[in-house]
Amino acid sequence: MVNQFLAPLAGGLLIGLSAVMLLLLVGRIAGISGIAWSAVSGAADNAWRWLFLLGLIGGGALYHWISGTPAPAPNPAGWPLAAAAGLVVGIGVRLGNGCTSGHGVCGLGFHSLRSLAATATFMTTGIITVFILRHVLGGGS
Amino acid sequence: MKALAALVCGLMFGAGLALSGMTDTAKVLGFLDIFGDWMPDLAFVMGGAVAVTAIAFTLVLRRRTPIFAQAFSLPQARAIDGRLMIGSALFGTGWGLYGYCPGPGLTALIYGHTGTLAFVVSMFAGMWLASRWLQGRAS
Repeated sequence: MVNQFLAPLAGGLLIGLSAVMLLLLVGRIAGISGIAWSAVSGAADNAWRWLFLLGLIGGGALYHWISGTPAPAPNPAGWPLAAAAGLVVGIGVRLGNGCTSGHGVCGLGFHSLRSLAATATFMTTGIITVFILRHVLGGGS
Repeated sequence: MKALAALVCGLMFGAGLALSGMTDTAKVLGFLDIFGDWMPDLAFVMGGAVAVTAIAFTLVLRRRTPIFAQAFSLPQARAIDGRLMIGSALFGTGWGLYGYCPGPGLTALIYGHTGTLAFVVSMFAGMWLASRWLQGRAS
């Protein structure tokens, strides 16, 4: 039971520490959707963004390599659902100016009411979506 | 130094996501399934991360400038408006459909699953569509 919560807690602390270091060293918010979109849309002063994203992908690889933990199983839902989900996520994070990291981890850290409203909203619709998929439609993943 | 610092921060963020279980869609969907066989584990990810940022951000912002940049670049928006709420509602819906938000989706690319690639490519397409729509509305 302890281990079950220890890894999420340690991971969360590491994510929080990363956000604090990015603010302290680079002066930026660790909002992944904002960083990713600015990087691909060719914003000015972009080198730090591409290196952050490189680290984001490499960090996961590094963790699995060092710890010897196997990669998680793929989501059994097919790629069409994945593509639909990605499209909705992409539209949503642009309109809402942030995702779990920008509004959740960082916005709540700034005690921002705007980010609290965003976080409460996406948590709620996430829960509703899973409820509908699993308990109303009975299928889903 | 700024770019190197960003690389290190990204490595920590990605390692944190993989360690926490956020790159495992079964765990994420289990966490969102509060009316079913709820898996509360991932509450500790957001809890742990916000515990750190809520304390340390205040301390960091006592400085005039960041260490490797000229100035802090912080979001200025404060409004809780329709755009924020609709966007966040859509984002949560997509998150619940497959189990990835943007960060874990990108980190999970290294697992080489076809679904993750489809998710990420579509996510950028969605960002592009929304940006075009926002630009059209602004002009």
